[in-house]
Amino acid sequence: MIGLMRNGQPELLPREAGGERWLVVVIAVLCFLASIAAVGALAADRAAHGWAGHLRAEATVQVRPRVDETGPAAAARAAETLAGVKGVAEAQAMDRKAAEALLRPWVGEAVLPDLPLPYLVVVRLDPKAPASAPSLSRALAEAGLDASVDDHSLWRGEVERSAGLITALAGAAFLLIAAATAAAIAYATRAGMAAQAAVIETLSLNGASDGAIASLFQQRFGVLAATAGAAGAGLAALMLAALRLIGGEGGLTPALPLAFGDLLALIACPLLAGAVAVLAARLTALAKLGGRR
Amino acid sequence: MPDPIRRAADPDSAPDAVRLRGVGFGYGGRPAVLRDVNLSLPNGSFHFLTGPSGAGKSSLLRLLTLAARPQAGRISLFGQDVTQLPRREVPALRRRMGVIFQDFRLLDHLSAFDNAALPLRLAGERPADYAADVQEMLRWVGLGGRLDALPPTLSGGEKQRLAIARAVVARPRLILADEPTGSVDRPMGEKLMRLFQSLNKLGATVLIASHDEALAERSGTAVLRLEGGRLAQIAPASSAGPEAQS
Repeated sequence: MIGLMRNGQPELLPREAGGERWLVVVIAVLCFLASIAAVGALAADRAAHGWAGHLRAEATVQVRPRVDETGPAAAARAAETLAGVKGVAEAQAMDRKAAEALLRPWVGEAVLPDLPLPYLVVVRLDPKAPASAPSLSRALAEAGLDASVDDHSLWRGEVERSAGLITALAGAAFLLIAAATAAAIAYATRAGMAAQAAVIETLSLNGASDGAIASLFQQRFGVLAATAGAAGAGLAALMLAALRLIGGEGGLTPALPLAFGDLLALIACPLLAGAVAVLAARLTALAKLGGRR
Repeated sequence: MPDPIRRAADPDSAPDAVRLRGVGFGYGGRPAVLRDVNLSLPNGSFHFLTGPSGAGKSSLLRLLTLAARPQAGRISLFGQDVTQLPRREVPALRRRMGVIFQDFRLLDHLSAFDNAALPLRLAGERPADYAADVQEMLRWVGLGGRLDALPPTLSGGEKQRLAIARAVVARPRLILADEPTGSVDRPMGEKLMRLFQSLNKLGATVLIASHDEALAERSGTAVLRLEGGRLAQIAPASSAGPEAQS
């Protein structure tokens, strides 16, 4: 095996094999964006799971009183019935004051006294083994109550679909950034090879194989990309850590809760950048050398 | 003769070091540079290749280093047909050659020592194993005090001597030189010629392309002349040389 990069020996490629300074900047920016996308996806996933968890832990029951029964009495009876169902942690009838308090911001004070309000029961489910909507409906029917159960499955589905979409978009952004990095490396490799055509020919005529020459470029660009990736990811980590500190416990915003643990994921960024660069540089160099006579 | 050549390749009893049969070559759509060239260089032979500028001397050397492939005919090196040699097999063949380019082809970012050591480094030898030989070779070509000098700081003659040191340091079996004494004064030129002759006596096949026919005649070796893309032998007669030209 030809040793082209032994310790203590000078590199066979000149320092500036072709536009490397700008390449460092480009890859650092791409890795910065990839880091933001990755942490954004983690935060979105965490937020979606939190919201879905909250929705999964609750159900709302609307009670329609019989002609011989008042609304509050029907709601109280429903709450009592539901409290006895397996998988229900707590069931509480919502009184009119609480219902008005919920509606006040939307309809105002003036119309509230005359507004017919539904009689609701708020059900807190056992998070480990929550009761299903059919079991709640069945219990209410057996108690002779006319009621409908909303277990928030519609909203929960929407939230989970949204979270999946955000994660997929972040993943797609990550892949596009990786592709852009590979394209930049491939372009730089071609430019470097064009700029160093005389060096390559000299190495080749002195017995260097195509693989050995390609390894010079892959080592050069692999180290360069890993360094630039570390700079980009480091900058992103600093920025995200600052946002986390500013935002307190909830991160910058409760809608996208950042966690310090997410920053560990950024360790992979320089490794991935280096791997993409090694692959892109090697394939490009071998393809270009293969086209030579 | 100094030590640097003490390990030169042994004479090879195998077939000719170089054999060309009906070789034709040209660049793009332009007229052929070489036409139906037939040539045999036995192992251990020493030849000058002369001819006017543009006669095809450098093109012939490019074919022999496999930097270009012929459009017609066949080329054999060390008894192996290399006309369509797969690219992956070329490096091993090139490590058996020492090539001196007219434009030196030195690596400007490497010191004189590292330039001279390049073939040995590419062949996988350890610096500890070749450092003394490389230093000795550089001393012999008059660059012993410039081991760390970068090529851009060297004169034309120094660059040429460095290029020669690099070409012969690995004791190649075939030495191809394109105007190897073009940038040095006459005493150094004759000293370098003695180096080639010593390597030749130790078994290396030598082919030197030069427009300096007087130098070729002084050497007393076989002289081949390229003219109009065709090859002819002038003097002295030898068992080696061009074969029947069509």
